Amino acid sequence: MTALHRKLYRDLFHMKGQVTAIALVIACGVASFVTMRAMYRSLLRSQQSYYAEYRFADVFAEVKRAPYWVAARIREIPGVQQVQTRVVMDVTLNVPGLYEPAVGRLLSLEPKQAGSLNALFLRQGRFADPASDREIVASEAFAIANHLVLGDSLEAVIQGRWQRLTIVGIALSPEYIYEIRGGASLFPDNKRFGVLWMPAHALEAALDMDGAFNSVAIALQPRADEADVIARIDHLLDPYGCLGAYGRADQTSHRFVSDEISQNRISANIIPAIFLVVAALLVHLSFSRLVSIQRTEIAVVKAFGYTNMQVIMHYVQFSLLVALAGYLLGCAVGWYYGIRLASLYAEFYRFPILVYQPEPRIFIWAGVISLITAVAGAAGAVRSAASLPPAEAMRPEKPPEFRPRIIDRFNLRRIHPAVRMTLRNIERRPWRALASAFAICSSIMIVVVEFGMFNSVDRMMTLQFRDAQREDIAVALNEAHSASASLELARLPGVIRAEPFRAVPVRLRHGHRWRKTALLGLSSNGEMRTLMDQHGHRQPLLGDGIIISAALADILHISPGKHLRVEVLEGRRSVHDVIVAGTVDELLGTNAYIELHALNRLLLEDHSISGAFLQVDASHQQLLYSTLKSLPAVAAVSVKQAQVDSFKETIDRSMTISIGTLMVFAIIIAVGMIYNGARIALSERARELSTMRVLGFTRHEITFILLGEQALITLFALPFGFLAGYALCAVLAAAMRTELYRMPLVVLPASYAWAFLIVLFSAVLSGILVSRRISKLDIVSVLKARE
Amino acid sequence: MANAVNSHAGGSGEVVFHVHSVSKTYQTGGIPIVALRSIELDLNAGEFVVFLGPSGSGKSTLLNILGGLDKPTSGDVRFRDHWLSEAGDAGLTRFRREHVGFVFQFYNLIPSLTAFENVALVTEIAEHPMDPHEALRLVGLADRESHFPSQLSGGEQQRVAIARAIAKNPDILLCDEPTGALDFPTAKLVLDVLANINATLHTLVAVITHNAAIAAMADRVIRLRSGEIVDVTRNAERARPEDLMW
Repeated sequence: MTALHRKLYRDLFHMKGQVTAIALVIACGVASFVTMRAMYRSLLRSQQSYYAEYRFADVFAEVKRAPYWVAARIREIPGVQQVQTRVVMDVTLNVPGLYEPAVGRLLSLEPKQAGSLNALFLRQGRFADPASDREIVASEAFAIANHLVLGDSLEAVIQGRWQRLTIVGIALSPEYIYEIRGGASLFPDNKRFGVLWMPAHALEAALDMDGAFNSVAIALQPRADEADVIARIDHLLDPYGCLGAYGRADQTSHRFVSDEISQNRISANIIPAIFLVVAALLVHLSFSRLVSIQRTEIAVVKAFGYTNMQVIMHYVQFSLLVALAGYLLGCAVGWYYGIRLASLYAEFYRFPILVYQPEPRIFIWAGVISLITAVAGAAGAVRSAASLPPAEAMRPEKPPEFRPRIIDRFNLRRIHPAVRMTLRNIERRPWRALASAFAICSSIMIVVVEFGMFNSVDRMMTLQFRDAQREDIAVALNEAHSASASLELARLPGVIRAEPFRAVPVRLRHGHRWRKTALLGLSSNGEMRTLMDQHGHRQPLLGDGIIISAALADILHISPGKHLRVEVLEGRRSVHDVIVAGTVDELLGTNAYIELHALNRLLLEDHSISGAFLQVDASHQQLLYSTLKSLPAVAAVSVKQAQVDSFKETIDRSMTISIGTLMVFAIIIAVGMIYNGARIALSERARELSTMRVLGFTRHEITFILLGEQALITLFALPFGFLAGYALCAVLAAAMRTELYRMPLVVLPASYAWAFLIVLFSAVLSGILVSRRISKLDIVSVLKARE
Repeated sequence: MANAVNSHAGGSGEVVFHVHSVSKTYQTGGIPIVALRSIELDLNAGEFVVFLGPSGSGKSTLLNILGGLDKPTSGDVRFRDHWLSEAGDAGLTRFRREHVGFVFQFYNLIPSLTAFENVALVTEIAEHPMDPHEALRLVGLADRESHFPSQLSGGEQQRVAIARAIAKNPDILLCDEPTGALDFPTAKLVLDVLANINATLHTLVAVITHNAAIAAMADRVIRLRSGEIVDVTRNAERARPEDLMW
């Protein structure tokens, strides 16, 4: 080991506090990079390989009923590679151990899985016997949520008859990686919604679909024109009650998974960048100070004949060693969190294998990034050290020069001298103060954003489930019934009030723009679904006008007062021009509403309803559930509270992990910066602080003066941190805006309070660490030393 | 007793400092280094004392103990009714705050405060301070009040340091090589200020130096070598600073 190396290790040991702080910040950056970037890559790879191996279809279409031979016609469409027809039906389930009725999506099970589209990955058991009409394969998420195991049975209402189904296998499908019902239910509720695969033959027979299908999945040839294929399929299937074919982009599960992956990609870029910029600033500040303390040593070493390069390399090695420590720690922590995150993802997204498996290149990239951080941070400081001629460097650095500046234009006489000293110190080194403020600002921002995102989700839940959907239970009937059905529902035990609704699938068209959605007919005096405009005013459903969500109005480029073409996609498939009476501000979906009777008139039907919203007396809930389960006309029952609870539970779990982690990260940044800032200030101001001790100031007063600068910078950074946090929330809310979701921008005062508390905690912690140093200050020797 | 120095000449005659059998040993790398050996010393109010000695003689250590910056390994140090040798950190801090003014070789002004503010820093925490303007006038710097240390010459900085030291109306002014960093004419100016303070405010002034010429302006000259007092001289007549030569 050379003498210079020995000096390196001793300096490292001497600066262990500061070095640890810097290494920890680098570790946070590396850890977040390794976790998020690798998670992004893992998700992407899992998705791609799953889709490829299990042949996830490219185009989907639902029809009312189409004969088998139509499939052969689809196969002839140019660009189509493979066509698979199936029967799909949502039915009411009676799940053992669950009071509420659940919804099961029955789906034909291909007898030959090999080569079939959307093939199942069998996790447990076996595929159902093609000849059996009792055996089913259940989706894994549903089985786990309801503690169902092989051999368990559940009951389903199929065509008005209870049928007992036995689980022989548990499987996953690329079509249901994110297993939600779709339509209006966008929150996962695996307890009350599950996919069940039944032998095709048995399902067709049960649903009177012999020789026919009501759903089709299509694989395209490479480089096929999807839009063209969709248009041709629409044309072909139109006579069979097709609701319109759609590509993967509109397939619910694919869309959620892909949105999640791209959000991961965004955060994998932003968050590590914040940490690494802060780390570079910390390295820069600490090294500038180190080099200025070691000026004389540098001069001596150079006078003895060491080259500039050797001097530069000495300090670069120093910063690289710090970065190496941070890098190694960051990789380990990142790996650990990656594994935890992957297991969390596995609860939301069902892949056959979702392993967090960071590729070697992620670690290489993380290494390169830490290297750049270290070198970039040290470069400026080291360059100035090397450029000094030895003779000049051997002379002590000039004492800091203070001259009257901006703040001296104000009357400072009344301000305490300690505050004056602090203000002037900050003014003399504005960039350093800004760098510190930036770091503290980032720390605050991280906390505000993290809490703010949860505030937004919470608000979305409240707005949706408390204000928009006021019913306790929504009951969907398996076909349109006369209005008397509503009265019957109202007479069920525990029902306080029932409001009928009529829902029809429609295509809304304005010029060349169009969207498929459900047109919901509501009674004009209803209370369960109140339509509010953006100012919170209730929008009445009057006459024949249609009210659409503001998001849909944007998509269609239409405003109230104009006419919209409504193409009904069921029954006689009539087409109407309807005036847009108003818009409503809704967070979920792209919905359209019309007065119930107006919709009946449009469909040329007598008072028909598709279901009802019920308000229920909680004490009779169980009786009501069991009655609903037994009604053959009921196709699906959705219990609002159950949905809210299950969603909240998942959110809370992920919140604990992510908030906990990011809080630790935020504290590391804040402590790293405040502690290092105070240590640097202590080293620079040792002489004046010692002087003040001699003049009779107590240790507490000195500590107060030293930390005052950090406190002032922190105070300065607070509002900017709050603002930055709010702004980033706004950016994220906008980035996460999809047709399905519109995240409201909400940051509650409590979120700012948390950020404030975390910074306060960090500041106090740094203060305690530094005050230990102050008590070790050797007053006499500092004062005797030459300036 | 060779090291016993009890004097009543110079100043008011009241003994304010009583040093009895004071020793100080430093541990440096496990090796004990004796800085002071059984020092016996009384200092009187209003006296001008010069401690002379080469480096390593223990004069700085003695000054630090008198000023409450350090504590003896054994022995008693009493300032009036304060037992400095028994006091803890807080007690010593209060002692410094209430009674002691310090002047160092390298001024140790706060660079971020103006001359006036450097003085005010002390007057704001003292019990019976003088007006900072008055302190600066006493050292002849009334017109430099709003200058920062970097805008002042070395002599001016040292005079601000003295103004800062006397502004609290201390009982003792302890000066560690106050002219060590100054050129000859400036040094004499600073010594003149010290003599003036002693004469007009009756502050006990203790100066440590290795410059023997300064000894001529003292009431008493105490010589130290290897941690012991080797000689005490009393000047029949104190020289005026402007007459000193070195």
